[in-house]
Amino acid sequence: MSAADLAQVAASGLLIGLLYALIAAGLSLIFGLMDVVNFAHGELLMLAMYATFLLNRAAGLDPLLATPLIALFLFALGLVLYRGLMARALTVTVNRGMVQIFITFGLAIFLRGAAQFAFGAEFRSIPKSWLANESARLGPVILPWPQLAAGLIAFLAFLLLFLVLRSEFGRALEATREDREAVALIGIDRERIFALGFGLGTGAVGIAGAALAAFYYISPDVGANFALIAYVTVALGGFGSLAGALLAGILIGEVEAFTAFLLTPSLKQLGMFALYVAVLALRPQGLFGARQ
Amino acid sequence: MLEVEGLSGGYRHLPVLHEVSLRVEPGEIVAVLGANGAGKSTLLKAIAGLIGRSGRIRFAGEEITSWPAHRIARRGLHLVPEGRRLFPGLSVRDNLRLGAYARRGAPDRLAPLEEVFALFPRLRERLDQRAGTLSGGEQQMLAIGRGLMTAPHLLMLDEPSQGIAPRLVDELFAAIEAIRQSSRAVLLVEQRLAEALALADRAYVLQSGRIVMEGPARDIAADPAIRRAYLGM
Repeated sequence: MSAADLAQVAASGLLIGLLYALIAAGLSLIFGLMDVVNFAHGELLMLAMYATFLLNRAAGLDPLLATPLIALFLFALGLVLYRGLMARALTVTVNRGMVQIFITFGLAIFLRGAAQFAFGAEFRSIPKSWLANESARLGPVILPWPQLAAGLIAFLAFLLLFLVLRSEFGRALEATREDREAVALIGIDRERIFALGFGLGTGAVGIAGAALAAFYYISPDVGANFALIAYVTVALGGFGSLAGALLAGILIGEVEAFTAFLLTPSLKQLGMFALYVAVLALRPQGLFGARQ
Repeated sequence: MLEVEGLSGGYRHLPVLHEVSLRVEPGEIVAVLGANGAGKSTLLKAIAGLIGRSGRIRFAGEEITSWPAHRIARRGLHLVPEGRRLFPGLSVRDNLRLGAYARRGAPDRLAPLEEVFALFPRLRERLDQRAGTLSGGEQQMLAIGRGLMTAPHLLMLDEPSQGIAPRLVDELFAAIEAIRQSSRAVLLVEQRLAEALALADRAYVLQSGRIVMEGPARDIAADPAIRRAYLGM
């Protein structure tokens, strides 16, 4: 393996890893805030990809320009989902864990079925975009622009998330996460914080979906694989840790890229799951999670 | 300022309070006394909107009985709860600022900080420390400080002396005395009867969820029969 190969594989791993990280960040944020695993996370990614596809086909909007719109759309959808579904699931007193699992699981199945009904099962891709078939050359490394843009967008989205979490609102979010009862005593409306937190999580996956749609095929099942990687990323990075999700996402992207390069592309997930099992055995709280 | 009439409440399948009535006037310190399990904490939680309740609670001219807890807090009725319920992973500074979060539109929202630091100078030295690493006494100071940051008209304190080193208790009670202002009242639940009665203007005695005695604090303190019968002193 030459140095050029090494750089090429590492750069590809970094770019896809940033997307994995952003998808995982949304999942982790929601879990950290309200102790709910959103099993529909992958389907929300799928929804964002179809929305990007539709905007492109109907209005000729480039995925790059569509990204902020899709982010807003998924944020708003997250608010509606929280108020309409999650808030109820959080207040049940009987079989609470089961209700919370099945409400997001049911939502996932519904969204997948609805996508199949509306768009059919065939694979789609964005017909035309500015960056398609363009590549950037960095020394010996050649990177397709859509992937490069997606990585940059994911990185910017992360910066934005960190800024939000450092704001006054982020502090209230952190407080709600630490003691969801006590925040009411200082006048914080927990339901509002939960709804906004859920929206932030779905908004993050919306950005990832729009960026991914520029170069990845779109189908009703596309979310499943990314969701699986996101669960692994969150577990690896430590539940609820945003920095953990970023580092674990990049790590998984790299491990996947190098496994594909060294073994064969069809085995690319082997390394990732081997790493996952090893971390769970040696450090169950994840690489960056605090010990309970 | 606060008028409670016929308040009943408690937990699912476990009613604790039975037709409790009490009032607090502006500038007063009122103590609620009683043995363990008399319902003192439950009473404060019911007023703060944290648990199911029926009856009538009026505060600053408004009927707040059915309000959610966060709305009651925003109106200026703050409970410093049992066990303090700080945000242990956040810094002292963040805990204090969060007290003012609900008033984030107001330009003077951080103004109560001056008063907090005047009352509890050691909090200023601990600003960057995580709240969970403070001593029991400092945590109680922070809990009261966070409460003052909400700019309350009525501060309800649940067992502020619990788990605090004896030498800090006097300091704490002096601070509670200083918190009382012409327009700001304190409703205090306390196990330390002598100190609480010395501090309060009036007191209620709660037994098995009912008010069995009320009056000026010094009369209750002076009556050995009351102390024996209801307070186990």
